[in-house]
Amino acid sequence: MIDVEALNCQELVELVTDFLEGALDERDLRAFERHLEHCDGCTEYLEQLRTTIRLTGSLTLDDLSTDAETTLLQAFRDWRRRDP
Amino acid sequence: MIPPDEELVAALRAGDENAFGAVVREWHASLLRVAQIFTPSRAVAEEVVQEAWLRVLGALDRFEGRSSLKTWVFRILVNTAKTRAQREGRTIPFSALQDAWRVPEPAVDAGRFLPDDHPLHPGGWAVPPRDLPEEQLLARETRERIAAAIEALPASQRAVISLRDVEGWTSEEVRNALDLSEVNQRVLLHRARARVRQALEDYLFPENP
Repeated sequence: MIDVEALNCQELVELVTDFLEGALDERDLRAFERHLEHCDGCTEYLEQLRTTIRLTGSLTLDDLSTDAETTLLQAFRDWRRRDP
Repeated sequence: MIPPDEELVAALRAGDENAFGAVVREWHASLLRVAQIFTPSRAVAEEVVQEAWLRVLGALDRFEGRSSLKTWVFRILVNTAKTRAQREGRTIPFSALQDAWRVPEPAVDAGRFLPDDHPLHPGGWAVPPRDLPEEQLLARETRERIAAAIEALPASQRAVISLRDVEGWTSEEVRNALDLSEVNQRVLLHRARARVRQALEDYLFPENP
């Protein structure tokens, strides 16, 4: 049973990033963990967030276009010939 | 892949083109994400990144190593992007970064929870999240949906989640590079992750209300 005096589900989901970042103070951390012990919905929410982070981490950002790279390398060559 | 700062800076100052090409490629996508916070289009963001690299070269001999080279390059990028926006008379949406917490944005739609005056579980789940089907998570289409959800984020959230979760930067690196407070960095990350999770759930459970 959910302890209605403590953190409710709607409040908990707003603390998930703070929890994962280790940014909760001791009191909030205790309330957070106590809530999870008896709440399947929030346990699943946290699990989904972790899954989201894991999947996001498997993506790669788009690569540099060769045009941009050529321009920059040319700029670098010009810079290399800079006045000492 | 990228050597430690001291080595890298020495190589760049010595005119090592391979070293320069390597950092340009390595950081490009992240630089572009950050530039897009301040620019109206991808094309302008590309130009800003180019301009920032030229400024980096111009200032490289004066780099003192008080921050990491990466942080320094991203700070130059942010300044370049801001200057450009100012020059073009555009309002800088940087306040969106600094004041992220001012506009509330729930991680989960309020309709998913029981009302505050519910006799048993005020604020408890009315429509709790369900187990995600593991086999579908690994499908390429799922990853494409996640990538699309990230693309659809507001630029400031997109930049933070790209650096933290895609590129694997630490929160400190992100804060330093974007000149963000700890709280704002976390708020932006929280919202970005919450929206991406929601997109994942919408995709896997399209029948949800």
